[in-house]
Amino acid sequence: MSKEWPLWEIFIRGQHGLSHRHVGSLHAPDAEMAIKNARDVYTRRNEGVSIWVVEANNISASSPSDKGPLYEPSESKIYRHPTFFDIPDEIGHM
Amino acid sequence: MYAQMVKSEATQDDPEKLAAFQQKIDANIKVEPRDWMPEGYRKTLIRQIGQHAHSEIVGQLPEGNWITRAPTLERKMILLAKVQDEAGHGLYLYAAAETLGVSRDELTEMLLDGRMKYSSIFNYPTLNWADIGAVGWLVDGAAIMNQVPLQRTSYGPYSRAMIRICKEESFHQRQGYDIMMKMAQGTEAQKQMAQDALNRLWYPSLMMFGPSDAASVHSEQSMGWKIKINSNDELRQKFVDQTVPQAKYLGLTVPDDNLTWNEDKGGWDYTDPDWTEFFDVLKGNGPCNTERLEARNKAWDDGAWVRDGLLAHAEKKRAAKTAAE
Repeated sequence: MSKEWPLWEIFIRGQHGLSHRHVGSLHAPDAEMAIKNARDVYTRRNEGVSIWVVEANNISASSPSDKGPLYEPSESKIYRHPTFFDIPDEIGHM
Repeated sequence: MYAQMVKSEATQDDPEKLAAFQQKIDANIKVEPRDWMPEGYRKTLIRQIGQHAHSEIVGQLPEGNWITRAPTLERKMILLAKVQDEAGHGLYLYAAAETLGVSRDELTEMLLDGRMKYSSIFNYPTLNWADIGAVGWLVDGAAIMNQVPLQRTSYGPYSRAMIRICKEESFHQRQGYDIMMKMAQGTEAQKQMAQDALNRLWYPSLMMFGPSDAASVHSEQSMGWKIKINSNDELRQKFVDQTVPQAKYLGLTVPDDNLTWNEDKGGWDYTDPDWTEFFDVLKGNGPCNTERLEARNKAWDDGAWVRDGLLAHAEKKRAAKTAAE
């Protein structure tokens, strides 16, 4: 069998979207073809105005088992939130 | 349905992990690619998503058969767009399957040498233009019936692929029904073509939901893991109830003499498909099995030099770019 084309992850920014969103992945021999294919597959119905492609093996992901140590500490840090401060009612909206 | 007769694979995992996994499933928490999952769950999903993807790809052939012969330019463009959508659906599904640790080329090779299946429906020929209408109306209609609940399937990437696909699938069903309306309201000859298409595709469409629950021994585990949400018979009944009035509206007759309204269950009683034929088609003995696989094999083999050429070109460009830096 011949060698497989690498996998690319596709990110698209919608017409009124503020940021690129991951929409899926596809196989392509190079970045240029990945963009062409992403245009055909993922923007067939006006889904977006900007495409990023990233070869999948360039992405590192956090591990599901790290969920606790990674995210739990932030819950106890109420001082990071603006609701932590008591503003007198007389002051009005701040 | 699109992935028919997927056996739930047996699983021999640590009972503690298995229990924790089941708890997660019961709580409707989606399983994601890097999460722990039972080996049986992984294997079952690879088969189901893989066969679903294969069905999208092979499903391009019966409809593609009429692209050059579509009766008007508008119909031709719609059909082209639809067949392109199917290619995209195949792509999403292969991508979802790949998150389970199998490669698309591996899956393709299993399809090509007959180790993996695709939906039985695509082994039936498209003999007249009305078949293209009937395929959209009935086959894509059956697909939607199955895929809407699959949007809630327990494996995250599969459920997200289904959400994308369902949006486009309703376009397919509408365009099919639109063709049927034109034909059924047209000349006597056109109406006959529409009736003929319905006669030939009715039972193959009912077969898409898989064997009856009594004979579907593998459903239980798939439902326990929430890979499957509804039973085959449940979905088939829903499909019949939805489709019979649509056929009546067209002024066409559903080819089933036993079709009667059952007031008690609030649904139609219908004759089951010929299951001998169904199993025969799945075994490879349907009208077009050989032709379909030959076409896919030929495309794969004849295209090998193009795939290799593109890769070689990409490597050359990359090397030139590195040298220039």
